[in-house]
Amino acid sequence: MIQVTNLTKRYSSVLAVDNISFNVERGGVIGFLGPNGAGKTTTIRILACYHPATNGTATVAGYDVFKDSIEVRKRIGYLPESTPLYPEMRVREYLQFRGKLRGMVGNDRKSAIGRVTDRCWLGEFINRPIGQLSKGMKQRVGLADAMLNDPEVLILDEPTIGLDPTQIRETRKLIRELGERHTVLLSSHILHEVEAVCSHAIIIAKGKIVANGSPQELRDKFSSEAKVIAEIKGPENEVEKSIRGLTGVEDVDVASTNGWVRLAVKAKQNCDVREGIFKFTTANGWSLREIRRDGATLEDFFVQVTAQQQQTRSR
Amino acid sequence: MRNILTMAQREIGAYFLSPIAYAVLAVFLFSSGLAFGLGTFSAGSEASMRQVFEFWIVLILLFVLPMLTMRLISDELRSGTIETLMTAPVTEIEVVLGKFLGGMMFFAILLAGTLLYPIILSMYGDIDLMFLTCHYLGLFLLGSLYVAVGLFFSTLTKHQVVAVLASSALLALMTFASHAMANRMEGWLKVLLQQLSVRTHFHDFVRGMVDLNHLVFFVTMTALFLFLSVKLLEMRRWQ
Ligand SMILES: Nc1ncnc2c1ncn2[C@@H]1O[C@H](COP(=O)(O)OP(=O)(O)OP(=O)(O)O)[C@@H](O)[C@H]1O
Ligand SMILES: [Mg+2]
Repeated sequence: MIQVTNLTKRYSSVLAVDNISFNVERGGVIGFLGPNGAGKTTTIRILACYHPATNGTATVAGYDVFKDSIEVRKRIGYLPESTPLYPEMRVREYLQFRGKLRGMVGNDRKSAIGRVTDRCWLGEFINRPIGQLSKGMKQRVGLADAMLNDPEVLILDEPTIGLDPTQIRETRKLIRELGERHTVLLSSHILHEVEAVCSHAIIIAKGKIVANGSPQELRDKFSSEAKVIAEIKGPENEVEKSIRGLTGVEDVDVASTNGWVRLAVKAKQNCDVREGIFKFTTANGWSLREIRRDGATLEDFFVQVTAQQQQTRSR
Repeated sequence: MRNILTMAQREIGAYFLSPIAYAVLAVFLFSSGLAFGLGTFSAGSEASMRQVFEFWIVLILLFVLPMLTMRLISDELRSGTIETLMTAPVTEIEVVLGKFLGGMMFFAILLAGTLLYPIILSMYGDIDLMFLTCHYLGLFLLGSLYVAVGLFFSTLTKHQVVAVLASSALLALMTFASHAMANRMEGWLKVLLQQLSVRTHFHDFVRGMVDLNHLVFFVTMTALFLFLSVKLLEMRRWQ
């Protein structure tokens, strides 16, 4: 549904997107995740045909965003980051205007407006001037506009920013539902949002893709690098000897407090050392009060990859 | 084509919701009324009626029309709605023509308002309808060029004040300065400046003559500024 090949965007001095490539299949919600200034909005604007890329190509719904831009624009719904709207228009007038621009006529347009205002909880504000709405309501008007012509692809730049907690939950639910019939690409810098709604995540930092996969895959990838923490009551040097003798252990930190020895074990790739730890503990008659994998959340992964980017930047 | 009408319709709607448009309408009707009143009643001759059309109304339009056109695209650039607009399936040409049409509709309303004065005059004496039609055709063509120039500067900057000042300045140059300069020149430069002067081309309409040369001038100049606006809007996307 979305194909990006070697896409680069350079603003006069800033390299905002640096040679990225990815593919998005039909259906599902794809999260575009990254810290501020990563290049999410820039990439999204290229896909929505707002800016041309400096280099590389992108196709959306089978059409090239540069060569067949009008065909792409007919098939997407786009919610820009700042949700720009005309303050003097009423919600209904605005949606009518947007529907007309998309070539929707008469009853089609009327029923579509009814449908999106229901789904975006705008019913009671439909006759209000947009300038009088709160930030969150405006966000919903923008979302309603993006959904208006039931597009194949929805591109939403930070759709939940500025919403209250109830609205965030409702909007995420709506996005998940939209993902059942449409392809939704959303950007976010909130990790748990992506974990909660996306079937696929692309992590971008400093204009480069640093990870690409389902949230589960990313979590697994990271957890293989995670440490196993164990706390054992026993003589420190013997515990250390046992753990170092265990197969699959690459490195270990040992610390002890009040007779409890705390191990932070870095295992080799694809090795799970937890069973081995349990076995030698019971065999020696020591006690075990904790054993867990540490830092297996996507959050740590996110922090780690973006921190790596920061480091390479400061070099 | 449908998109052009949709755009124009939105612009007209936006005009009637903006206080600036009403202020402009009031100022225009008041000042043009004053020009008509002073111009015609002082001498009462047909020549002075001509002077009102030839000079005063043009001067007023030169300041008033840029105030109407300043927001057309400028406002979209400032508020960021250009992003939702240009990611809808519309072309730059449709946007520019739609905005132009919206501006022209409002200008037509202004012009219709001034019809009041000839109607009042006709109660006191005879009015030559042929002349009047010619005057209004001339004003309409001149206004199209002014709206196109205003639209061009509105595409150039997101600062509306800059758009107004730049449009009025260029229009003053094209209308009055080039004419005045032509009078001081000799040879081909004189002819060139005369041919580029809006006033030269407008003059015959006020004298009741419709010349193809003048029609062509206004139509091509208007088209030129619309074309430049389209190019500018396309270029903005490349930044
Ligand atoms: N119009 C522009 N002109 C010049 N530089 C720009 C422009 N827009 C963005 N940039 C730069 O490009 C880089 C990427 O910006 P972008 O807006 O794509 O980031 P983002 O991932 O959307 O960040 P955020 O989470 O803050 O929205 C930044 O360094 C930014 O300063
Ligand atoms: Mg952004």
